[in-house]
Amino acid sequence: MSDTHDHAHAAGHRHPPQPDHDDTLTYYRKLEMAVRELLIEKGVFTTGDVRAVVEDIESRTPEGGARVVARAWTDPHFRELLLNDATAACAGMGFEMALYDVKLTVVENTPDVHNLVVCTLCSCYPRMLLGLPPAWYKSRAYRSRAVHEPRAVLREFGLELPEKVAVRVHDSTADLRYLVLPMRPQHTESFTEQELAALVTRDSMIGTAILRAPD
Amino acid sequence: MRAYHDLGGLSAGTVPQEEHELQLWEKRVEALLVLLTRKHILRVDENRRGLESLGGEVYHSLSYAERRILAMSNNLILKGIFSVDELATKLAQIDRRQDPLP
Amino acid sequence: MNAALAAGVAAAATCAYARGERIRVRKVDAPGHIRTPHYIRGKIGVIERCVGFFKNPEELAYGRSGEPLRALYRVRFLQSDVWDDYRGGPGDTLDIDLYEHWLEPVTAP
Repeated sequence: MSDTHDHAHAAGHRHPPQPDHDDTLTYYRKLEMAVRELLIEKGVFTTGDVRAVVEDIESRTPEGGARVVARAWTDPHFRELLLNDATAACAGMGFEMALYDVKLTVVENTPDVHNLVVCTLCSCYPRMLLGLPPAWYKSRAYRSRAVHEPRAVLREFGLELPEKVAVRVHDSTADLRYLVLPMRPQHTESFTEQELAALVTRDSMIGTAILRAPD
Repeated sequence: MRAYHDLGGLSAGTVPQEEHELQLWEKRVEALLVLLTRKHILRVDENRRGLESLGGEVYHSLSYAERRILAMSNNLILKGIFSVDELATKLAQIDRRQDPLP
Repeated sequence: MNAALAAGVAAAATCAYARGERIRVRKVDAPGHIRTPHYIRGKIGVIERCVGFFKNPEELAYGRSGEPLRALYRVRFLQSDVWDDYRGGPGDTLDIDLYEHWLEPVTAP
């Protein structure tokens, strides 16, 4: 369905005209152009506005969430604030939170509870900290099955949890956006905050992975 | 009766885990939504309701970005931000360009 | 602000349900923009917390103000109470954010 272009489009970079191998794909790309140009012509926003937002979207990666997790592991006061008022905690670290009109909520994994986040109704995701959601998070299969058979889904991601660990699924149905605070891996006592952040994966902050002790 | 976007608990196959980097046009769709909501032209809730109004067949056959831009277009027409004719004229204009796709 | 709206705002300022209270999700079916998933309707859960007060998305979806604000709750359900065929741990739960008007009290155990 989608074409295979995966490189960034630098200014001035032109493709040869696309062959009409897929009319519906071409149609929706044209629709995006048409809508964007009309809105710019009508003064709703400028080309620069669009570019700035695309850049902001691209700049938000799971590294943001990883830095927050690493801070929470090393600073008990920050961890407490993060669990009670995640928006304030992240704003304090310099994340631009006000652009997103939702309430970030951090849920922590413990030896007894493993959290998993999904949005069955659409694809709500903590974008301010993790960037755009992965394709699998938006997929029909994940949205359908994560609430019903979370352990089978986790198994597909390579994670098998003992029965005594309670799996807690969060369905983001309202204005709260959930981020999982994974457990700090063992044997990392001497790690700096930066080294800890490098261990934190996107999937561990959604709940489809846990973090193993480094080799 | 369950709405077609209300997927929790339905049977489905394995979760497709291949990574898929968004193309520029797909990021622009997200950017348009962000700008429209920031300027209070559209609310996130209206966007969602728009997606829920596309019909099940369309919803399930289009990609994430495709259905977002379609629902957005419908909403902007509904709000009178532009007319059907303006949109059609613009699409025809794009078709006439030598090298239409960026 | 007229008297009816003022009363509505005042009414929305308190959470009707308390942490730990058992509630049932209303088992109603209606067209329109609804943020209560189909799978949870009619199920019994426990209030984990009252999250706060928000504009009603069911109204916002149609370009209306969404006021008066509605109380939003995180409700916790035992997975075994939600699905007849649930396979997992006995402590497995499902947390969902639900609006007050979708909840009703449960008096019987």
